[in-house]
Amino acid sequence: MQNTALTGGFENAPVQSAIAFRACLEAMARPGTLHQLDGGAAPAPCSAAAATALLTFCDAETPLFLAPSHDSPDMRDWLAFHIGASLVAPENAMFALGTWDSLQPLSRFAIGTPDYPDRSATLIIELPSLSASGARLTGPGIKEHAHLSLPSVPEFQQNAARFPLGWDALFTCGHQLAALPRSTKIEAS
Amino acid sequence: MYVAVKGGERAIDNAHDWLADERRGPRDIAELSIAQIRHQLALAVNRVMAEGSLYDPDLAALAIKQARGDLIEAIFLIRAYRTTLPRIGHSHPVDTGAMACDRRISATFKDLPGGQVLGPTFDYTHRLLDFKLLAEGPTAEAGNSGATQGMPAPAPMPRVSDFLNRDGLIQDEQPGPQTPPDMTRQPMEYPADRPLRLQALSRGDEGFVLGMAYSTQRGYGRNHPFVGELRIGSVAVEMDIPELGFAVEIGEITLTECETVNQFTGSKTEPAQFTRGYGLVFGQTERKAISMALVDRALRWEELGEDNMGAPAQDAEFVLSHADNIQATGFLEHIKLPHYVDFQSELELVRKLRAEASTPLSEAAE
Amino acid sequence: MTQDTHYNFAYLDEQTKRMIRRALLKAMAIPGYQVPFASREMPMPYGWGTGGVQVSAACLTPSDTLKVIDQGADDTTNAVSIRKFFEKTAQVATTESTRAASLIQTRHRIPEEPLREGQILVYQVPIPEPLRFLEPRETETRKMHALQDYGLMHVKLYEDIARHGNIATSYAYPVKVQGRYVMDPSPIPKFDNPKLRMAAIQLFGAGREQRIYAIPPYTDVVSLDFEDHPFEPSKANHACSLCGADHTYLDEVIVDDRGGRMFVCSDTDYCATRQATGAAPAQTATSQPQEAQP
Repeated sequence: MQNTALTGGFENAPVQSAIAFRACLEAMARPGTLHQLDGGAAPAPCSAAAATALLTFCDAETPLFLAPSHDSPDMRDWLAFHIGASLVAPENAMFALGTWDSLQPLSRFAIGTPDYPDRSATLIIELPSLSASGARLTGPGIKEHAHLSLPSVPEFQQNAARFPLGWDALFTCGHQLAALPRSTKIEAS
Repeated sequence: MYVAVKGGERAIDNAHDWLADERRGPRDIAELSIAQIRHQLALAVNRVMAEGSLYDPDLAALAIKQARGDLIEAIFLIRAYRTTLPRIGHSHPVDTGAMACDRRISATFKDLPGGQVLGPTFDYTHRLLDFKLLAEGPTAEAGNSGATQGMPAPAPMPRVSDFLNRDGLIQDEQPGPQTPPDMTRQPMEYPADRPLRLQALSRGDEGFVLGMAYSTQRGYGRNHPFVGELRIGSVAVEMDIPELGFAVEIGEITLTECETVNQFTGSKTEPAQFTRGYGLVFGQTERKAISMALVDRALRWEELGEDNMGAPAQDAEFVLSHADNIQATGFLEHIKLPHYVDFQSELELVRKLRAEASTPLSEAAE
Repeated sequence: MTQDTHYNFAYLDEQTKRMIRRALLKAMAIPGYQVPFASREMPMPYGWGTGGVQVSAACLTPSDTLKVIDQGADDTTNAVSIRKFFEKTAQVATTESTRAASLIQTRHRIPEEPLREGQILVYQVPIPEPLRFLEPRETETRKMHALQDYGLMHVKLYEDIARHGNIATSYAYPVKVQGRYVMDPSPIPKFDNPKLRMAAIQLFGAGREQRIYAIPPYTDVVSLDFEDHPFEPSKANHACSLCGADHTYLDEVIVDDRGGRMFVCSDTDYCATRQATGAAPAQTATSQPQEAQP
């Protein structure tokens, strides 16, 4: 096991995870808003924001899909030490981590059932850049409309069309976070 | 002049002080020790452990002391404490067949390997107040001499259901899922499978489970139970230690296990067979274990191809939703909390409805 | 106040908080849908706000300022008790001011002061299922939500109208969230329903029933009604005897044994703030059958 596996966790988990969670909650509550998310550090290419999201939400009870972009022995060691999540196929994942291309096709991820729409995946999508511009967003959490630099539009439109089913997305880039729940309506700008 | 009621904080502090004082009682009477409660009120301790879902006799005794003997309050203290404990790992299933029994009886066979062992039971006591216990000091303790001393090492006591199973006379229990669900870590989900039902019954309120079991005996989902076997004793708890690579015994716990032999089933294709109900509870808690077995059996109607008689004890959602005394007592007692906002809205509504009802018809018709 | 070192920050262990946080995230993504969660036994009884307390515990950070109200008031005994619990276990600052609070835990009221972005309102919920009193079975109500089959609720409301001439629900009045899920807003008076569309995040915790749900900011929340019987938020037809407000929800206080009564704001912070800024008591605040004796 590399040394890197042992570092990069929260130094003060109760406080850091609380702060991180609040950023994630605000992001999911207000699609299109950008938030600072850091405190965790995982082996490259995993961003600080993505590492922090993993530390905040994942543990031995959350099956995780590691897309090829992020699947490496170092990353596996880091996950084993800090998170303890079992690594699974996309179909069984509660959380998934990867770049946009690497997570494709998204049809593999759980979208919940009519009885339990919450039993769906949360995708942590690493993006090269993140800004409040681009696709036009409306829906819960948005006063009038918002914009977000989505990697693509049709996939998110399809996902929103099957509401209340669907997966939900956290976008990470460096220390930045944004989110897009299935409830948001999307138009290309 | 109206002044809003203030000083909630001081009222609470005063109430707590008063409560502590009442708990201690007159200072010229010796304070109860935890050891006294643990050893002399052991059946209360057992109930608190069973329904608190935490095997720790000292903490259960402490909870009873702190709760002034209110067992549901004591169970609540244990449950709240249990919430804060990290989950270190899982033990292996305990082997109750290898139980070192203090008590083991079967109502279905006159004698059997390992014998009938009455153990420390109230069963054949005459319920006459023993005024000797009024006297305190050494004289009262003289009677208890060596009842447990010089007993032969217990013979192996194979389970009664295994005898019947060998001949195919009782329905075979299929092994359940590898990892049973854990109702303390996952939200309850209906329909509940049997491992989940058994967990809920095992920690359910003794009075509620007893009442449900009794209702089946009186015809609300009758299933003709015999106590195939009731055994009470200690079993070893083993756990895998990853660093060692093998399982080690981490301690012993006392359990009560009851297996009932119930009404048989059968059809043209399946020969007649007895069915079973199962109860397993922490500590010496036989009323609870027997009740649990009866209710377990009643809840199995669907799996065993029986009719739903509409009996309360056949309704898993009804039984499991109402068996937990901590949930029940909380919700029941919360109606003591202020509800004047809701009440005010009802008051306004009733006034409005009354005003409208007294409006002359001509106006109402406009 | 110093932290009780026997317990973790905000009482719950980290694994439990992660579980609650995952439920909150999904609740936010599916507005109005009740997410099952493995509620823990808390050191206060079920019915005293264990769901709200668990949600607050999973959300609080050390820099939060917490306000706790019960029936709109900061000084009711259970509000005091919950505030003390978090002062002790999470060392957060507390306040009675709605404006100064970043997280407000409430039982039965929405503050009168409009909430703003960045604030979180946590509701304590006794029975989260709006259909429960029409259909006691979870297996059935879950199907109804899945199929968006809310006919039973409309029948109930319509029967009210047939019998009483009005919808006979005055609190915990059901709402439809973003056109999809029918939701119980907790036992707030229906007077508060129009405030359910707001700038703050709203989180609902039902401990005993093991459910969490949420309304994101600016989400459409519509109180169920009929075209010929539109929803009406109602309150006592009086003004506050202390601050004169005629637009707030009022508590009725019995002041003597001859039928005298007065009406005062249920939101104690709102009322006190108005009084401090010179608002005058209503002149004819008391009423039927006779004036209260000041």
